[in-house]
Amino acid sequence: MLYAILSTFVLAALAPWVHRLTGRYSGWVLALLPAALFLYFASFLPAINAGEVVILVTPWMPGLDIQLSFLVDGLSLLFALLISGIGFFIVSYAGRYLEKSRDLGRFYVLILSFMGSMLGLVLADNLVAMFVFWELTSVTSYLLIGYNHEDLKARKAALQGLIVTVGGGLALLAGIVMLAIAGGSYELSEILNSGDAVREHALYLPLLILILLGAFTKSAQVPFHFWLPNAMAAPTPVSAYLHSATMVKAGIYLLARLNPSLGGTEVWFTVLALFGAVTMFVGVFLSFRSTGIKSVLAYSTVMALGMLTMLIGIGTETALLAAMAFLLAHSLYKGALFLVAGILDHEAGAKDFLQTGGLRAALPVTSAFAILAALSMAGVLPLFGFVAKELMLESVLGAPGLVPLLALLAIASAILGVGVAAIVGIRPWFGPRVETPKTPHEAPPALVAGPVVLASLGLVFGLGPGLAEGGILAAAAQAVNGGVPVDAYLALWHGLNWPLAISVLALVAGLFLYSRWERVRELLAWVDTASRYGPERGYDKMMDGIIGFSDWQTRVLQNGYLRFYIMFIIVATALMVGVTAQIFGVSVGPLAIADLRVYEMAIVAIMALSALFAVLTRSRLGAVAALGSFGFTVALIFVLFSALDVGITQILVETLTVILLVLVLFRLPGFLGLSPWWVKLRDATIALAAGGMVTLLILSTHSAREFDSIAQELIEWSVPEGYGRNVVNVILVDFRTLDTLGEIFVLALAAVGVYAMIRFRAEDRR
Amino acid sequence: MNMHSLILRTAGNFLLPLLLLFSVFLLLRGHDEPGGGFIAGLVAAGAIVLYVFSMDIASARRLLRVDPRDLLGAGMVIAVLSGAPAAFLGQPYFTAQWWEFGLPGGGELKLSTVLIFDIGVYLVVVGAVLTIILNLAEAED
Repeated sequence: MLYAILSTFVLAALAPWVHRLTGRYSGWVLALLPAALFLYFASFLPAINAGEVVILVTPWMPGLDIQLSFLVDGLSLLFALLISGIGFFIVSYAGRYLEKSRDLGRFYVLILSFMGSMLGLVLADNLVAMFVFWELTSVTSYLLIGYNHEDLKARKAALQGLIVTVGGGLALLAGIVMLAIAGGSYELSEILNSGDAVREHALYLPLLILILLGAFTKSAQVPFHFWLPNAMAAPTPVSAYLHSATMVKAGIYLLARLNPSLGGTEVWFTVLALFGAVTMFVGVFLSFRSTGIKSVLAYSTVMALGMLTMLIGIGTETALLAAMAFLLAHSLYKGALFLVAGILDHEAGAKDFLQTGGLRAALPVTSAFAILAALSMAGVLPLFGFVAKELMLESVLGAPGLVPLLALLAIASAILGVGVAAIVGIRPWFGPRVETPKTPHEAPPALVAGPVVLASLGLVFGLGPGLAEGGILAAAAQAVNGGVPVDAYLALWHGLNWPLAISVLALVAGLFLYSRWERVRELLAWVDTASRYGPERGYDKMMDGIIGFSDWQTRVLQNGYLRFYIMFIIVATALMVGVTAQIFGVSVGPLAIADLRVYEMAIVAIMALSALFAVLTRSRLGAVAALGSFGFTVALIFVLFSALDVGITQILVETLTVILLVLVLFRLPGFLGLSPWWVKLRDATIALAAGGMVTLLILSTHSAREFDSIAQELIEWSVPEGYGRNVVNVILVDFRTLDTLGEIFVLALAAVGVYAMIRFRAEDRR
Repeated sequence: MNMHSLILRTAGNFLLPLLLLFSVFLLLRGHDEPGGGFIAGLVAAGAIVLYVFSMDIASARRLLRVDPRDLLGAGMVIAVLSGAPAAFLGQPYFTAQWWEFGLPGGGELKLSTVLIFDIGVYLVVVGAVLTIILNLAEAED
């Protein structure tokens, strides 16, 4: 399992070379991995359907008790199959769709990394691992939305998506930690068995709110829905994959996953059902009044996400099965439709439904399967969308509360949903031929394969719902239900009942609305004005505020004058030492001045004189030389106290420092006494205060011994453990290797910084 | 930056190989006697800087053959990778590995990942110091 997920990242790293080697077939070659993964995951099916739960553990950070453990049950397997299955079509599709893009190699890197992160997210058993993958999907999503990085709009949309989802991710992290405290473990498999303990824990409400924040931002629930339509700036395969079929469902996955331990309470039901239902309606409403192909699809994705949230909130066994069925149905038809949207763009140059019409003859295959997918979206017999929708309506009518409100919103959404499906399934293909920007022609196999297979599966599962149910959905619903098999079933024909009546009503009313589409859009023009005051405006205001604030504090704190930087650093250090000394108290033990040797006193005298000279001299070279002499006397002290290594290092560093100073010295302006008296007084005060603090600090460390020194132990260990007699070196390269690594990293970074500073200044001047 | 000093130039020519050799000596003996990657790196950097002062920057760069920035990167990579063998043996990353060989003539050769790490430190120090000093010295031209 670990290797399955790692393989995507490995292939992601190699993708640019594979792309260069295989040229125009790179899409098909790279798609072999998702195909293989799909088969691998499918091999778990028999065991999972037999009711087993597979847990695979690899130690990761054993010291912190964090393991890379994977949990395979119906729910995670359903997601894994969707991710790898749809991933196959996306990768092969992208190879053709972005053929002419010079960044295709980079695209493969990102999309495969995303696939790995998403698989990790749904399969992880450990909460920390899950969170890491969760954030990775946000980051890869950011990079993919901003794929056209020369486009300002794309960059802005990418940043918006990142900030909303990562902001929610922060809340989620806090929620996860609380969940682990309440549930007594970081392993999902254990938390899921301690549902009562979690629900009765004092932290239940805060942790629920935080986790819901994470899930709602990721899954674009109102009022965080605005980032998703903007994310359509991404290339179409990305929209189809991340922002419809997989990533935005991560929030749904989280809700479904935690349903056994968090669900079943009044709060859970109310919040999820209400937010879900409102999101569902807002999504489909905004979808119906859009005309851009991708924005219609994006808003209808918002609707689907709302519906899923609502169903999980309702939480009856029928609702859970309905959620799983609708999840599958939506991924199939929406994946297909997004790929069709890409084909319309690629083959006809159309990005807006108003630019399309009568394309059936030009794109016979695409149109046939687009219509099939749209029928599933509308919930027409005998497609799988119908099966899922019937079950959804049945769950809403059987909800534990709020039935009138939920039913009203569900019926309204069903009607508008049919209207949206009609826009997608009728508008581009039938009616009078509309001139498209490009002469339309049928798409190549790589582009058509996805819509054909995904839409056909919608028909197959519709005709044989048992296939989908027995295949995975029953096991998935069982997992969401806390391991208890659900008492509900999928069927094409439930008999004459209320859901069927609503479906028929929705079909008729929806088609009527579609026939008046233009008129309805005119009537809804006020929404444009209103939406300027929506949540997106709040986001913009917040971003402006943050930028304004950082602008201000940069101007104040980083004003470009070195002397201010130094002043801030020194004042802050002195203050911190001073305050700490105030709080904890400092005791300075008796100083054994009588023990001082004559030569030690001489060295100290030289040091004091050099320091004094450095401060008082009016010659820069003199100051440098004085500092050098100070440094060398310090080295002498090290040597006298038999710290030979430190002494040598000090001497070498001193030498190089003097050279460095000499190199920059003559660049500095002349030595002028321009500072007014109060500046001099201020600087002297700061210098004296800082010097005093450091003196106090050193004196107190000398006398205060809170812990026993570890020096003796290190000396004893040096030879037997480190095979070296030079303790300093053994500590540096063996006992505390990681510290040294950090130090040389800082050194390297400083060098790169200096290099950049000098070089870029030189370039600027040119 | 040429001091045009005959004495410095002649001395620099002789001192450079000696100092570089000395730096390697310091690096290798560092585990048992005073020395080690950091000190050795400073000595080597100092040697090159002396060469810069006695000759000029261009000939120092020719002498180096590689850009000091590459030394920086190579050093980081070597230092990080020196922890890898332990990971393959199932121990925590950076656990020191030692290999001892008997040499003909009764000597003994101790090789270790610790030494490899120290070589990484050496390269980073040389690279960092030279990157800063060479660029600063060049910037004045």
